[in-house]
Amino acid sequence: MKRGSHPGCRPALGCCQGPRRDQLQLLHSPRGSVVRWRGQSCDSQQDALLAGIGVLTQDTLWCFSQVKGTIEIGATEADIISTVEFNHTGELLATGDKGGRVVIFQREQESKNQVHRRGEYNVYSTFQSHEPEFDYLKSLEIEEKINKIRWLPQQNAAYFLLSTNDKTVKLWKVSERDKRPEGYNLKDEEGRLRDPATITTLRVPVLRPMDLMVEATPRRVFANAHTYHINSISVNSDYETYMSADDLRINLWNFEITNQSFNIVDIKPANMEELTEVITAAEFHPHHCNSFVYSSSKGTIRLCDMRASALCDRHSKFFEEPEDPSNRSFFSEIISSISDVKFSHSGRYIMTRDYLTVKVWDLNMENRPIETYQVHDYLRSKLCSLYENDCIFDKFECVWNGSDSVIMTGSYNNFFRMFDRNTKRDVTLEASRENSKPRAILKPRKVCVGGKRRKDEISVDSLDFSKKILHTAWHPSENIIAVAATNNLYIFQDKVN
Amino acid sequence: MFARGLKRKSAEDGEDVEGGLAGAQAMPSYSLQRQSLLDMSLVKLQLCHMLVEPNLCRSVLIANTVRQIQEEMAQDGTWRVVAPQAAGRAPLDRLVSTDILCRSVREQEGERPAPDAGDGHTPDLVPGLATVPSAQALRNPQSSLWEVDSSRENRGGFQKSLDQIFETLENKTSGSVEELFADVDSSYYDLDAVLTGMVGSTQSGHGSGLQAFSPATAAPPSSSCRSDLGELDHAVEILVET
Repeated sequence: MKRGSHPGCRPALGCCQGPRRDQLQLLHSPRGSVVRWRGQSCDSQQDALLAGIGVLTQDTLWCFSQVKGTIEIGATEADIISTVEFNHTGELLATGDKGGRVVIFQREQESKNQVHRRGEYNVYSTFQSHEPEFDYLKSLEIEEKINKIRWLPQQNAAYFLLSTNDKTVKLWKVSERDKRPEGYNLKDEEGRLRDPATITTLRVPVLRPMDLMVEATPRRVFANAHTYHINSISVNSDYETYMSADDLRINLWNFEITNQSFNIVDIKPANMEELTEVITAAEFHPHHCNSFVYSSSKGTIRLCDMRASALCDRHSKFFEEPEDPSNRSFFSEIISSISDVKFSHSGRYIMTRDYLTVKVWDLNMENRPIETYQVHDYLRSKLCSLYENDCIFDKFECVWNGSDSVIMTGSYNNFFRMFDRNTKRDVTLEASRENSKPRAILKPRKVCVGGKRRKDEISVDSLDFSKKILHTAWHPSENIIAVAATNNLYIFQDKVN
Repeated sequence: MFARGLKRKSAEDGEDVEGGLAGAQAMPSYSLQRQSLLDMSLVKLQLCHMLVEPNLCRSVLIANTVRQIQEEMAQDGTWRVVAPQAAGRAPLDRLVSTDILCRSVREQEGERPAPDAGDGHTPDLVPGLATVPSAQALRNPQSSLWEVDSSRENRGGFQKSLDQIFETLENKTSGSVEELFADVDSSYYDLDAVLTGMVGSTQSGHGSGLQAFSPATAAPPSSSCRSDLGELDHAVEILVET
């Protein structure tokens, strides 16, 4: 390899000409060699290095795609995103916020002109799902914050989703209207009734095209079935039923019936003073319509079979990892509380998130998880402070990618983490406006625990605990992720060559 | 965040008790840290008593933490806190850093106050001596709270905010964790009774009253319905506002 100068040469690195000059360049630097894609639209040397390293290590490189939402000034608490969910095809992306609104984004069709630009998500529909209510019996306000959104699989032209606040679940139908009937007999064009005396002929109304209108209508309201706050909803694989879970009970609903639900789990003690454990999350098995899991504040997961009995107070399987006695502290129980539980797409595994870790469990092994990933273990020595400022009670969610090979969860300082289950490699990325140049590659972040802080690292004490990423979503089949950072929604995609 | 970065100092047995005492006031011992965690937890429970809609999961976790601390304090025999004046003869332990509570048990074992520190009692005797008062304390945590409160005046080094919190605690009537908890939940409990009581209401004489109030959708007649007349009476009382 000859060192020389030619177009695209970076003298500081000292590049060479490699065998495939038109595509790859092998760069030599004091720190080693990297491969660079020639002709890529990188802005900086750093991008080049990242791209090169990515190719060598076969890591996925994540790029910024879009951000939705306002910048700090003018952001109200109502705009804080409280849930994010792709639909089953990934064509639609829904968010719910604290103000009770649902915003649905639709991916635009990829055009032949812009091959390198993957379909962007644009606003498709916005509607007010829940309003604040007042419970007169308890003299308490019922928040309109949307806790969860779950899509139903598409069965016709319309889209259906479930959205829930603390007390009420609603089924919404989102449909397009691009035609309207014209030529009524009894009404004129503005809808006013015509004078019958003027009607002399009979005609059939015809459908004429109009501007596309997307309308959302509430088709069902499932109310008054939960005394406590709903934390989860899950659509069953039979597509006829779904469940809603609150702190102490889980109810099974039929989509068609709103005035009745079946109570399938009830952990409320006869004497509330004996209450020591609550339900934190629940989900149906993706394929077996009789199975579901629910997690608890004591770090346990129960798998239940609805065929066993009407009230599934007895579990089929009980997943709990024995406590490490050497790690015990006053905060052990709090940090073991599971904030989210998700089945893998295959249905063979479940993933749980507690305060410091993400765990993957095999359904066939109840006594311990098969994988444990540390999300932000550097917080272990700060638990006292995090208890004081209530951050220890933050409920982080976790998600699988489409092939169940990578899992993702959020952290503080707008960091989010991905763990590759096969390569055992993990990465920390940040959702911030600074990284918001189109197709800019996200640089891995690192938190410095102690000792000397390197240039790009951030020390634990500098982390911003008000910037927490609780909600993320992964496209069902592609490497597209949606990350909710307070009132902003970031969309990242993997690098397209 | 909490005050951070307090340096550790290794134990200096028998040497310079005054210096040790002065040092102790600057660097809280494990039991003081544990006490402040207990106080903080109780405040948090009180706060969610005042909130619009308390988060049940959070309340349960805090209550469990309080119970844990109380149990440990009972085991230590330190549930009744000794005034530091008397600690002149019982050296205030080893000086530890602020984050001791976050550290694991193994690390803490060497640093926790041994029940017989400075007393000359054998380990077997002291727990025995301590059990009676601590058991009483458990049954009546309210009085022990007040006790702890009064002894606190003798201690230095607490933040001002904690003082304000103690005033609030004194003014509150509920003492034990269970009472606190039951208070928070009573409205839930009643609503639950009303909803589940709907099913059995038609037979009782209170039927008409409840039906007039009936919610838009009937409560599910599930097999887990546990209504009894006592709950029903209580619920009706609230509705009728006697």
